[in-house]
Amino acid sequence: MDATGILQILLYIAIIVALTPLAGGYMARLFEGKLTFLAWIERPIYRLCGTSADREQHWTGYALSLLVFNMVGALALYGLQRLQVWLPLNPGGMAAVPADLSFNTAVSFVTNTNWQAYGGETTMSYLTQMAGLSVQNFVSAATGIVVAVVLIRGFARHSARTVGNFTVDLTRTVLYLLLPVCIVGALVLVWLGVPQNLSSYVEATTLEGGKQIIAQGPVASQMMIKHLGTNGGGFFNVNAAHPYENPSAVVNLIHMVAIFVLGAGLTNTFGRMIGDTRQGWAILAAMGLLFVAGVGVTTWADAAGNPALTAIGVDQTLSPWQAGGNMEGKEVRFGTALSALFATITTAASCGAVIAMHDSLMPLAGLVPMVNMMLGEVVVGGVGAGLYGMLVFVILTVFIAGLMVGRTPEYVGKKIEAKEIKLAVIVILVFPVGILGLGAVALLAGPSAIAGSGPHGLSQLLYAYTSATANNGSAFASFGANTVLHNTLLGLAMLLGRFVVIVPTLAIAGAVAAKKTVPPSSGTFPTHGWLFVGLLVAVVLVVGGLTFFPVLALGPVVEHLSLASGTLF
Amino acid sequence: MWTYLRSAFVLVVVMTAFTGLAYPLAVTGLANLAFPWQASGSLIVKDGQVVGSALIGQKFNHPAYFHGRPSAAGEGYDAANSAGSNLAPSSRKLIDDVAARVAAERQANPDEKRPVPADLVTASASGLDPHVMPASAAYQLKRVAAHRQVPVEDVGKLVVENTEGRDFGLLGEPRINVLKLNMALDERWPLR
Repeated sequence: MDATGILQILLYIAIIVALTPLAGGYMARLFEGKLTFLAWIERPIYRLCGTSADREQHWTGYALSLLVFNMVGALALYGLQRLQVWLPLNPGGMAAVPADLSFNTAVSFVTNTNWQAYGGETTMSYLTQMAGLSVQNFVSAATGIVVAVVLIRGFARHSARTVGNFTVDLTRTVLYLLLPVCIVGALVLVWLGVPQNLSSYVEATTLEGGKQIIAQGPVASQMMIKHLGTNGGGFFNVNAAHPYENPSAVVNLIHMVAIFVLGAGLTNTFGRMIGDTRQGWAILAAMGLLFVAGVGVTTWADAAGNPALTAIGVDQTLSPWQAGGNMEGKEVRFGTALSALFATITTAASCGAVIAMHDSLMPLAGLVPMVNMMLGEVVVGGVGAGLYGMLVFVILTVFIAGLMVGRTPEYVGKKIEAKEIKLAVIVILVFPVGILGLGAVALLAGPSAIAGSGPHGLSQLLYAYTSATANNGSAFASFGANTVLHNTLLGLAMLLGRFVVIVPTLAIAGAVAAKKTVPPSSGTFPTHGWLFVGLLVAVVLVVGGLTFFPVLALGPVVEHLSLASGTLF
Repeated sequence: MWTYLRSAFVLVVVMTAFTGLAYPLAVTGLANLAFPWQASGSLIVKDGQVVGSALIGQKFNHPAYFHGRPSAAGEGYDAANSAGSNLAPSSRKLIDDVAARVAAERQANPDEKRPVPADLVTASASGLDPHVMPASAAYQLKRVAAHRQVPVEDVGKLVVENTEGRDFGLLGEPRINVLKLNMALDERWPLR
């Protein structure tokens, strides 16, 4: 890796750290109800929904509202895909989407996964992209954020029975946060070259006299929310590698910042709302350590290039005239350095957009995205999902620390007791069940979907079930996922990874909200220092490492070793 | 339960109206007023005919044109069906494909003895990569100059003029837009 590669990574980290208190402060004011300039739009919505801004819910009511809302949203999206052929805004003449693929896609977008078993420009009408997929991009992101906010309120309140109002929180997240940023951001993207139209596909006559049909569409509006909401569902098949989705490195920087800004900002919102911003920075520091380690490994592995290509006379060296490294499945304008950075960001967050084909990453560079997802995407993470996932690990960490010294664990003034630990363990167990359990069923029942041979074949299937369970959505894309079996199993994995995490998280929030706040004593383990940060990182790595190391050894690690010794498959 | 369903239903309808219709349509309207060329796909029009998009690569086979990267999109540079090869680094097919491209490049550029630059023989992520790296343009320089019957230095100057640096001197990689370069070639030294 060269100096400019390192500088780009440092610049990115600096931007995120600088934006964290800004985004965090804005969200804290939003969720404490201090922002009211759009109240005139809010009021009629709440009246139609049969609620009002000051009517709060118990965590069970909140969870039920959330589940029913997501169910209705999924049904609407399913219906839209099945009926698109008879609906307007379909200049490309896209046919109705088959039932299993519609189910998979509806679940995928409602769970903020945006796993895509289809190619956008060959499957979905403009109406489906806008009124179906784009809507879920907004509200699934908002769903993640409000769950995190409820957990924050749980820690911030004491002896409280209620945790907020789902309808109000969701509406406010969309109106005050996501929509304004997206309107401005999308226009900037268009200015920088991303198309935004409802025209039919353009036919061009190339310089050599050939025909080229160029797909069009409302791309910019979907790009902005897909990154800001860590959704990741591409307008086109190749996602953000497509020159229309991502025409330059400047646009790419906007995409990357959009992916992390809200997730990082929420750590600060947490700190502000519990009245101790150091707690938020400690969590962000733990995330940052894991992130830097991931970027380092990915960049190093991919910049080294493919030894099998050097052997047949391909020049992969770094020079002023070329970027060097493994260029298969990469774009020239991004090179290997930015591609490695993006691959780490998109899987650290639960985004899943890609600017390089992860299937063609060097084995160890492809390992890092998988590890990021297996750890539960707690490195900044999906909007909201990253923070509540990390707070579950925090609960586990203070529990382990408490066991070591023989004291009841506590965190930011709340005693952590058996109930919270049990709920946290349910959340932690979702990942092995979804990835290893459903993955094993899939391996036995549907191995024909695997396109690669040798250890890479296992990696493809493993990546798919990891991505679905972690609600990421990126893929080793030659895995033939569009079959009834995999559409169904992956759909289940996505539901499991989303709602079996959200409901226990809301339960934890309800439980800690009801507790009294105890003032810190001399025996309290401080949770804002480097000792705690290190312990938290260790717990995340040990839990993930012990669970998934064996299967990773059989996939990417074996592939790396055999490639180094010149074995091809 | 009824209250939950009603509330969810209303909220889905309202959100669809706001984020699914009002938002993309408003952005479409504003974008087409403010940046009509970008909004409609950065199309390049010559003599009233669309020759392509400034952002999308296209297929070049003629020896007098600079060639872009191998493409896995449809039959090659199919801009309605973007795709990468998705071949694993340890895939025998990948190594065979690249070896065949290396042999083809050597044959097409017999005056070049250097190893072939990586981007010229590996498939791009989108299959629509509009760029090549400066090393790949340099590799094809002698061939293009010979087929246009002009001095290598003159074509080299044109390549340098068409080389874009990193954005802000830092972001991304130096690159050459193949379509723009070939249009500039045709302008200076028309074919036939």
